[in-house]
Amino acid sequence: MAERFTKTSMAQALNLALRDAMAEDPTVYVFGEDVGPLGGVFRITDGITDDFGEERCFDTPLAESGIVGMAVGMAMNGMRPVVEMQFDAFAYPAFEQIVSHVAKTRNRTRGRVTLPMVIRVPYAGGIGGVEHHCDSSEAYYAHTPGLTVLAPSTPADAYWMLREAIALPDPVVFMEPKKLYWGKDEVDLSTPAPGIGTAVLRREGTDATLITYGPSVPTALEAAEAAAQEGRSLQVVDVRSLVPFDDTTVCEAVRSTGRAVVVAEASGFASVASEIAARVNERCFHSLAAPVRRVTGFDIPYPPPKLERHQLPGVDRILDAVDDLQWEDQ
Amino acid sequence: MADARDLLPSEQPVQLLDTSGRAVDHPVLPLPHKDRLLAAYESLVVGRRVNDQAGALVRQGKLAVYPSSHGQEACQTGAALALADGDWLFPTYRDTAAAVARGVDPVEVLTLLKGDWHSGYDPHEHRVAPQATPLATQLLHAVGVAHAARLRGEDTVVMALCGDGATSEGDFHEALNFAAVFNAPVVFFVQNNEYAISVPLARQTAAPSLAHKGIGYGIKGERVDGNDIAAVLAVLEREVAAARAGAGPRLVEAHTYRMQAHTNADDDTRYRDGGEVDPWRERDPLLRAEAHLKRRRVLTKARAARIAERAEEVAAAMRAGADADPDPDPSQLFAHVHSRPTPQLTEQAAFLADELSREGN
Repeated sequence: MAERFTKTSMAQALNLALRDAMAEDPTVYVFGEDVGPLGGVFRITDGITDDFGEERCFDTPLAESGIVGMAVGMAMNGMRPVVEMQFDAFAYPAFEQIVSHVAKTRNRTRGRVTLPMVIRVPYAGGIGGVEHHCDSSEAYYAHTPGLTVLAPSTPADAYWMLREAIALPDPVVFMEPKKLYWGKDEVDLSTPAPGIGTAVLRREGTDATLITYGPSVPTALEAAEAAAQEGRSLQVVDVRSLVPFDDTTVCEAVRSTGRAVVVAEASGFASVASEIAARVNERCFHSLAAPVRRVTGFDIPYPPPKLERHQLPGVDRILDAVDDLQWEDQ
Repeated sequence: MADARDLLPSEQPVQLLDTSGRAVDHPVLPLPHKDRLLAAYESLVVGRRVNDQAGALVRQGKLAVYPSSHGQEACQTGAALALADGDWLFPTYRDTAAAVARGVDPVEVLTLLKGDWHSGYDPHEHRVAPQATPLATQLLHAVGVAHAARLRGEDTVVMALCGDGATSEGDFHEALNFAAVFNAPVVFFVQNNEYAISVPLARQTAAPSLAHKGIGYGIKGERVDGNDIAAVLAVLEREVAAARAGAGPRLVEAHTYRMQAHTNADDDTRYRDGGEVDPWRERDPLLRAEAHLKRRRVLTKARAARIAERAEEVAAAMRAGADADPDPDPSQLFAHVHSRPTPQLTEQAAFLADELSREGN
């Protein structure tokens, strides 16, 4: 069990979570493309094959449907597989397995067959990646009943949420914001697990609420800091568990300020951000002084590296949206 | 690295009984013991009765749909009987007779087709995976189950069924490749019944045979007359034993024929001549087994009567099960989506319950 209080990157925290889970539970197996001796292209599984042996952490043939389908079978037969999809867009060949089997097996069999498995997806942009390496694909999974979908934004959450995901008797799609892999943070890994399905208030504030998750959380915090300099107090809620969704924390936060902006990197149309905005409108209408705004990616294929800054929700766009929240009658 | 020539299937499908039920000598494979053949025959008769009864239930409006395996009963019976109790069977939607031959209650198999729920039986009870409707996806699950068993040191073998159409799907190829790379004890058993709904085999593949598809993955292929229960049993038992002994996966193609339309909702006159079906009537797996066993005086009149009686009991149970027809409980819709319902599902379940209470239910 981890009890470190140290400067840890999200990548190290995820590595530690895998190791601690594997040490505690012999049925946890890690596999995917290049996760063995190489340690994964992002080094999340660094050293695990060396330390746990090639039966416990192994490379597979290059076929994502195969990886997820094999994990389904292993989970049916007493194991807890944790598989890595190398990049967001490389997970699409596994889509049928995820939608038709991973998500539905508990339901189809009325709980007789359960699939305790985790599909790790390094996702989203901001790293100068070329096409097919920067997709924010969370809405596909969040839209699919039966999947638990998590998106941590800090090393400590990454550690605990992955531990919880592995321990959960349900399948989890674990969205890892790859641009946050290397930022280090003081984290106390001995603090208790947050509990799947809970959002967290990252910053107190009284004037408006920024609701966000994953790669956009640091950007929202930066925007709140900048707003504070201008005398506006912004609250930041990190959703972190997309499914199940914590309506209670999000709505309490919005009711306390009366204004809300949802910030997410994915294209906005039919997105998780849209769902959050709709839920807030349905639940907090009489507490709202202005319509809920969304700051999201445009509805375009993810741009090439030299243009990606135009796609990502930045501090200025967030502050502009906040400025738009009808502070005065026109 | 395997020598490609060692992976080739036999030139002709293995046959141990000719169409009149006479034993055919095979250079390697002996005819299964007569008691084994008699047990298989009983399973064939029951399987045929299950097919016929399900068809009748569809006509009476008691089942939504039924994909018949009439004519393929030898494949399905053989697949189930070749396994030991601790093994797993992965059937498709057309493999009802295989699931029944493995011991699954036919009434529970019909749950899907009655429209009560997606899958009726407990997959762990007889180690029969839920019947798969998507094509070839379940073959990968079979590899995972086999690999997990091997990791625990168990000698489980997994029999993974699919049809000729499924061999065109990507997951078929990924499953064969993964099984071979991980040396997983899976017997992939393809029932080539010549049609994927309306599309004939010639539109499905240009390969010399479906069994040849193993070569690309380093898997030994074999071909068998799928309407010859003796040959199917002998070949599958050999392959199961090889997989159990650690020889890795096998690919077996059974040559058979879908005697009826894809389902009752299909009209096969739009894509095939009745004249094409006729020659297959003389190759009927049930009649062939019966002729053989009668010839050997293994199947006595009394025995045949007992078997027929058992098949009738199964059919009667299916009719009773179809009539029992309890209305499925709507609250079940929310019960098994997650291990614990999300707050959103709890809300939605309450909404539906309220709606039903206002309807007076």
